[in-house]
Amino acid sequence: MGAGAADSELGWEPSSTFGWVAPHVSAEFPGLGISWIEVDGKPGRSPEPVERRLHETSNRFYGAHAIHLRERPIPWAYRVFFRQIGLDPDRTRTPVEQLALDRLQDGGFKTRGLPADALTIATIETGIALRAFDAERLEGALCIRDSAPGESLAGRPGELSHGTLVIADEQAPAGLLFGATGEDRGVGRGTRRIAIAAVQVDGVPQIAVDEALWMVAATLEAA
Amino acid sequence: MDGDEQLARAELRRQIGRLEAQLGSLFADAFPRLRIDAGVAAVSSEPRALGLGDLEAIRDSLATRIGAARRQLQERAELETRNRELLERMLDAPAEHKWLRISRTDVGEPGCGHWHSRPRLGPLGMLMGWWRVRVSSGCPLSGRLAAVERERQESP
Repeated sequence: MGAGAADSELGWEPSSTFGWVAPHVSAEFPGLGISWIEVDGKPGRSPEPVERRLHETSNRFYGAHAIHLRERPIPWAYRVFFRQIGLDPDRTRTPVEQLALDRLQDGGFKTRGLPADALTIATIETGIALRAFDAERLEGALCIRDSAPGESLAGRPGELSHGTLVIADEQAPAGLLFGATGEDRGVGRGTRRIAIAAVQVDGVPQIAVDEALWMVAATLEAA
Repeated sequence: MDGDEQLARAELRRQIGRLEAQLGSLFADAFPRLRIDAGVAAVSSEPRALGLGDLEAIRDSLATRIGAARRQLQERAELETRNRELLERMLDAPAEHKWLRISRTDVGEPGCGHWHSRPRLGPLGMLMGWWRVRVSSGCPLSGRLAAVERERQESP
């Protein structure tokens, strides 16, 4: 299964690219997928409109939303997937639940600059799990696979235990499927082009993934 | 054999999904009256495809959690029913429930109000047996709380 451009039936630009999932992983987890877009952008302070959007998003998100989050289909799908891959979603939070918890603890979505703020807005609005990588440091297409013996994640001591699910490019793991990003693939000071990846799990509709990627792209391009 | 195992794993994952939905629903129903413990220990520190044993353990732990959550909710509902009955008796005969205070939380209602059996006219009412139930005015207003906070900050 190779990478290819997704149909952009809704005319969303840039259109996303589908990555591949290792066949034996796909057989275990039907519906698991990864797609991404690349946009020009560099990390830095969020411009005023992005901060304002973040503030408005905070004002629309209350404790009751956080409590009922796990009943909504997309956050529930990620919670279930976390259980299925051995993680406890009440300890290792799903991306949207982690943001909800931070919102309640901090009293609002605190700005963390770009691209983090763009990801926060899109994740809260859609529930989709998003990751940012330095597009120029990725080698080829992204995929989801299990780690091979001897592989490691840059910046983390030791080898990955065999069979760990990772997001990888054609050379090496770029990050854990849900968790740390490799230092050599993450967004840093020198980043000029950002790859935004969405991890899709069973029960998450493609249109929500496209919408999340489009929202991040629109935010970064407007910045 | 491997095909059978794969089917078994798929069935367990389906059951985990269904149980997670039930637990999420109980968690939301219980809030804010009761905090349901929805935690099921992680079987791995990193994401991985789990074997039959691990999936079974997660399924069983979720089922146990749901059982415990239902019991907690049932016990809480029974307590709230008893408190509502007590409140009715207190409203009918305040003098028989001197100084008893029942909060809205005790009867499963949101908010900060309470019902309090108190004597009318203070000590005189106590001596004369003039008891009544006072209903509090509810949660303090945020403006009032802010004013108290300001006063506290301004005072030396």
